[in-house]
Amino acid sequence: MFSVAISKEPLDVSALTRDFPRSAAETGAVVTFTGFVRGEGISALALEHYPGMTEQSILDSIHSAARRWPVQSVQVVHRVGELAAGEPIVWLAVGAGHRAAAFSACEFVMDYLKISAPLWKRERDLEGNWHWVDAKIADRDRARRWGGGAIA
Amino acid sequence: MKILFFARLRELLGSDCFEIADADCPADVAALRAMLRLSVNAQLAESLADPNVFCAVNQKVAGEDQTLKSSDEVAFFPPMTGG
Repeated sequence: MFSVAISKEPLDVSALTRDFPRSAAETGAVVTFTGFVRGEGISALALEHYPGMTEQSILDSIHSAARRWPVQSVQVVHRVGELAAGEPIVWLAVGAGHRAAAFSACEFVMDYLKISAPLWKRERDLEGNWHWVDAKIADRDRARRWGGGAIA
Repeated sequence: MKILFFARLRELLGSDCFEIADADCPADVAALRAMLRLSVNAQLAESLADPNVFCAVNQKVAGEDQTLKSSDEVAFFPPMTGG
């Protein structure tokens, strides 16, 4: 089961983790990742997305991961709107028979989400002014290490 | 034909979409960029000339030579910064 949701509401990471679908007979590993707003030098963060394309793009990254590793279920929930420091911004879980596939697929989907899902961050500085966040070359390089054919 | 703009480009445009007459639909993405650059403010025109600014056609990232028709949903946006 693969699912992607974009949420305007705060993420309840405990509930998401508890409710993540797994099979008692077949799921041996669930890897989860939560990204949080780092509050260093900012008073708020806001995220904008492209409804429809954002969800499909993340789903494409999940399908790309599923072609590489035997994963059973993958779920991604990404926040949009205004967030405060310390709030969860993205939550991702991967269920698989064994941990190696779950760890790798989790990292792969996050790396591709960063560079290919239409989401844009703005930060509000301590003086109250908003600035768009520039894309990081390091994120692109990190995704590229999975190989050229992996572009979702 | 509606052209959507997101994030910094939307702010530069001052609106989330720009309309061109269906009859004026350019042949491809490169021609659309060139056409838009003549119609928008200097800052947005400069961004549209930036190869790092993406164009999506029907919600898929498109190359400069992708052909267009007036019913396509076309969008421009800067590099992604989610996650």
